[in-house]
Amino acid sequence: MSKFTLFKRGFRNGIPIFLGYLAVSFTFGIAARDAGLTSFQAVLISATNLTSAGQFAALGIIATQASYIEMALTQLVINLRYCLMSSSLSQRFDEKMKPHHRFFIAFGVTDEIFGVSSAYLQENVPPAYCYGLIAASWPGWVLGTALGCLSGSILPASVLSALGVALYGMFIAIIVPPTKNNRVLLGIVIISMLLSLVFAITPILKGISSGFRVIILTIIIAGAAAYFFPVEEEGHYER
Amino acid sequence: MNGNIALYMLIMAGVTYLIRMLPLALIKKKITNRFFKSFLYYVPFVTLAVMTFPTILNATDSVWSAAAAFVVAMIVAYAGGGLPTVATIACAVVFIVELFI
Repeated sequence: MSKFTLFKRGFRNGIPIFLGYLAVSFTFGIAARDAGLTSFQAVLISATNLTSAGQFAALGIIATQASYIEMALTQLVINLRYCLMSSSLSQRFDEKMKPHHRFFIAFGVTDEIFGVSSAYLQENVPPAYCYGLIAASWPGWVLGTALGCLSGSILPASVLSALGVALYGMFIAIIVPPTKNNRVLLGIVIISMLLSLVFAITPILKGISSGFRVIILTIIIAGAAAYFFPVEEEGHYER
Repeated sequence: MNGNIALYMLIMAGVTYLIRMLPLALIKKKITNRFFKSFLYYVPFVTLAVMTFPTILNATDSVWSAAAAFVVAMIVAYAGGGLPTVATIACAVVFIVELFI
């Protein structure tokens, strides 16, 4: 398959990410203006960070003029889950892939782009496919921020609310189909959602930030699954 | 220590990029250890499932529209709906349900 075809395929799968990002970054744009940033600064932050929770947290830090160390640590903690995702993604690239691709693709390791890349059918994910995903998604994040800054009322609230589930719809489309023929994956998805619910409603546990919830549950559940149901050789990516 | 917005922005972007880049740059070989290999294979399923539920319930203006979108999306995905399809249908469900709330 040609690089251009792969790029197009990635781009097409990135369109739902574009729409979801538009809605989320729209609210970031509004929040950034409220925190006293200029539109230019807000757009620049979105263009260079491409992450939601980290950017929202940064607004509070900037608004209160907290220390640079606090900024660095907050970003480290909130975005630590990307470390797990990049490690997982590292196993999905051809060992012979040119090294510079790793540095470019790394910029696009978001929850969504990672998720869609992971759902790629073959074991080796071609870089052109990742670039297609990023090329469709990144503009949504930047454009939404700009629109949110310029006017909080370009998109009607009902549309914004509807777009809010786009990203979750994608996550579901990624994790559910493979569970059909794989009972281990089915169990993993159900247990993950149930434990996530437990973490969200139990006193004390619900004080844990969502970023850490992801990290803790991933290590426990994926760790247990790997211990009890180690993956057999090859073939498990064809879904 | 305070205040320079450009420095804040540089730190944010730098830290966030490094977290994403280092594992990709450092783990170039395929891991052969069966446990770690399996662990990394299972990671996306756990992370995405944990991020989806119950967070999705707060993603819209009403818990009910979000819950309806969640259930419909699960069914459509299980029935074999592709990524754009499931995402679009989920949005449509929210829009329609909120018309009646």
